[in-house]
Amino acid sequence: MTTTPNAAPTAAQAHAEGEIEVLTFELQGEIFALEATLVREILDMSPLTAVPGAQRFASAVINFRGKVIPLADLRIAFGMPAEAATIDSRIVVIEIVIDGTPTLVGLLTDRVHEVTTLDLSNSEPPPSIGMRWRPDYIRCLVKRSGQFVILPSLDNIFASPKRGSKPQLVTAA
Amino acid sequence: MSDSTDPIAIFRTEADELLEKIEQGLLDLSVDPENKAILNDTFRSLHTLKGSGAMFGFDALAAFTHHCENAFDRIRKGEIRATEDLISVVLAAKDHMRALIEGGADLAHGAGLLARLEREVAIASGAAPAPEAPAADARVAWRIRFRLPLNALANGCNPLALLAEMRDLGEVRVVADAAAVPPLDSLEPTECHLAWTVDILTDKPRSAIEEVFIFVIDDMELAIEQVAAGDRPAVAEPAATATSVASPQPAQAAPAATASSQTTAAAPTGAGDARAPAGESVRVPAERLDELMDRVGELVIAQSRLSQIAASSLDLNLRAVSEDIERLSNELRNTMMVLRMVPVGTLFGRFRRLVHDLSRETGKSIALTTEGESTEVDKTVVERLADPLVHLVRNAVDHGLETPEQRAAAGKPETGQVRLSARQAGGEVVISISDDGRGIDRQRVREKAETQGLIVPGAKLSDQDVLQLIFQPGFSTAAAITNLSGRGVGMDVVKRTVEALRGSIDIATDMGRGADISLRIPLTLAIIDGLLVRVGTGRYVIPLSAVEECLELSVEEDLRSRGRSFLSVRDALVPYLRLRDVFATGTEPDRYQKVVVVSTGSERVGLVVDQIIGDHQTVIKAMSKLHEDVAMFSGATILGDGSVALILDVSHLVSVGQSQEAQLRAAG
Amino acid sequence: MSASILTVDDSQSLRVAVKIALTSVGYSVTEACDGAEGLHKASEGSFDLIITDLNMPVMDGLTMIESMRKVPKLAGVPIIFLTTESDAGMKQRAKTAGATGWVTKPFQPEGLVKIVKKVLGK
Repeated sequence: MTTTPNAAPTAAQAHAEGEIEVLTFELQGEIFALEATLVREILDMSPLTAVPGAQRFASAVINFRGKVIPLADLRIAFGMPAEAATIDSRIVVIEIVIDGTPTLVGLLTDRVHEVTTLDLSNSEPPPSIGMRWRPDYIRCLVKRSGQFVILPSLDNIFASPKRGSKPQLVTAA
Repeated sequence: MSDSTDPIAIFRTEADELLEKIEQGLLDLSVDPENKAILNDTFRSLHTLKGSGAMFGFDALAAFTHHCENAFDRIRKGEIRATEDLISVVLAAKDHMRALIEGGADLAHGAGLLARLEREVAIASGAAPAPEAPAADARVAWRIRFRLPLNALANGCNPLALLAEMRDLGEVRVVADAAAVPPLDSLEPTECHLAWTVDILTDKPRSAIEEVFIFVIDDMELAIEQVAAGDRPAVAEPAATATSVASPQPAQAAPAATASSQTTAAAPTGAGDARAPAGESVRVPAERLDELMDRVGELVIAQSRLSQIAASSLDLNLRAVSEDIERLSNELRNTMMVLRMVPVGTLFGRFRRLVHDLSRETGKSIALTTEGESTEVDKTVVERLADPLVHLVRNAVDHGLETPEQRAAAGKPETGQVRLSARQAGGEVVISISDDGRGIDRQRVREKAETQGLIVPGAKLSDQDVLQLIFQPGFSTAAAITNLSGRGVGMDVVKRTVEALRGSIDIATDMGRGADISLRIPLTLAIIDGLLVRVGTGRYVIPLSAVEECLELSVEEDLRSRGRSFLSVRDALVPYLRLRDVFATGTEPDRYQKVVVVSTGSERVGLVVDQIIGDHQTVIKAMSKLHEDVAMFSGATILGDGSVALILDVSHLVSVGQSQEAQLRAAG
Repeated sequence: MSASILTVDDSQSLRVAVKIALTSVGYSVTEACDGAEGLHKASEGSFDLIITDLNMPVMDGLTMIESMRKVPKLAGVPIIFLTTESDAGMKQRAKTAGATGWVTKPFQPEGLVKIVKKVLGK
């Protein structure tokens, strides 16, 4: 089963400044949010194909409508334990630009919540200390009904050359 | 349907072709400046570019092109000569025209070009013999004999209009020849049996006369000859004028006309028909071809699913249908592959310009020869190889060819040869760039690689290995980086591009004699035949073209060879890789493992897999940016059950195997 | 003297381009949007010249030209087709079908007028 969030903003739904439409999802109990315009589709878990030699952050590929797309695990980027998929796990397919090339990427999530509006005027920059995560991987934190929603900086996460430890393989001379 | 697309886009495509034609024309003229046909073609292309540019709102282009068109008009009329400098300016102007179409043109640059053009035209006209000859003396007498096809009148051709048009060119005298007109009772009134002889005194060129007949010229008898001044027609000779021809009285014709004369009259039409089936073609935007390719790819995947289901079904009807679909999708796939093939000539065309420019920049005299332009390759190959080939040609000119003085001193002809050739060899296309320059100095390559730390001093390398060092990143044998080779991609990018196309590079060189760099590229890129194997729980595809043989690896042999991963294949030791280890599957090996021996050219390696599943038609999907750095896989494909299998990069694995072998040998 | 011209093309913009070019120099122009309509209007009316596209729905230009040449009143009426330079094979086929001449697309108004005058013989 696939569902498509019918939240693609149109010109008619332009938001007041500071408000953005997002898809919220859960990773290890934390709430993350992605701009809804990036989201192409939300998939149930499908069979993964491991890519030997790839970085742990993106260690598999999936078949997305006849295309082979990489599967990225933000939990690795945020140093969270990667637990096995559950019945609630979903793959959020997003389209981002990597090295100048528009690329479809599947993001592993523990659970997808909803499409909602976030008011960025309530946001805070990531604290420079006292945080478990790399500050440059976080765009901002937005307080919403008593909980912080994390907006990851996908640009930094996907641009970073060393997204995690990469097993070094034998390379040719 | 042409109108379903954007007319501007159509114009852009046409403009591209026109610019290409103009460039080829100019380059041809730099060798053969007097060639009328090329002059006319080039003029016409400029004219069309100007005209359609104006029609679709490219006014700056039209205005700019107008000046070049004017210059060419004067050249083709023989008023000025196509000097080398003039051609060079127009070549540069052609680049500016492209910029005007694509945007980002520098207007000051354009103005500078026009000023240069004006100057060169002035110089060229100064050098031309009798540039402003008085019109009266420039008139030439022509005799034109023509006979229209029999069906000309029925097809709307009006001989009176033709004669009137010739009258506009100058003084004429027209004589009608009614010899071929049949007797009245057998006369078909719509048929045209008359022939005409027209004497004309004009200052217009022959092409102006030919233009009168433009719509019928292919199907008619037409002879245009220049006649001596004495044969000039008397200006006011009353004998037979165009009006007398108009009198519709063919019945007066002599009854001598026979069936045989009718046959001759009809003959040219027949000949025209015989010429007719020139290759008809349909132009399709490349993206649509790609879309179609994707669809065919999906069909092939769906078909292999169907085959799997049918194979496990007892329903004979289902099996029969499945086999039909399999055959059809194979045929469709093959047709699709052919559609994607384009002649390499489209790629070679642009090098004439490059060599022309390089020759001017370096002061080296260069002759470019091309061969095998009709060899066809996948269009992606053409697109991707353009830049690497430019680099290789630059490299050949810059580092390979010597200066004319050096060549003379070495007893070689002063003009250096650069040869581009393409040929098909089995499932590959081989594109070679060779020159007759100084060749590659292996000793210097070695020294350079040692100082750069690319190899250990004294390392044992095969001849090919030494030569291949020039493709290492950061390697350059040029003592000084010149303007030419200093820009654009490096040799390492050439190698990477070729490898990304699943190709390889061979180098051959003879000191003092020149060098030959051959790129070997597989014919098709989008779909390959693969061998589907299982390693641990994962399934992988090995390109079938690289597979030499499949062997069994017994438990005993496996144990015996631990640590020394060599396999004896018919007296030769072949290194092998346990893919389970390479992929870190963490699984136990199957009891009966298999070894798939793969090769690239002369080098082989065995790949140990758990199971060989079978042949698989593999639609290649590129790996994303996120997995670009994973060298072991050249792509991925989707299997019949919808899951993804990775395609092994054989050349990478072979080099891993070879280096492992080298390490083991070194360890003794 | 104003000649009467029929333009047959499924692209409205092209019909309009033809119409503007020719009416501005005094010809009268009638439009038809495919081969079938072109054949019908040509048989009904009285035209000095027909200008047609080749690639059209319902009835393509080649078929239309061939059919027109079989209609006695239309035999001898000049027919010009619109073509692109790359269409050498098409050009020959259209001529075999009975076309009088062609205009290369894209055309400039003056170019079209010149060809029309050439074919009509002023």
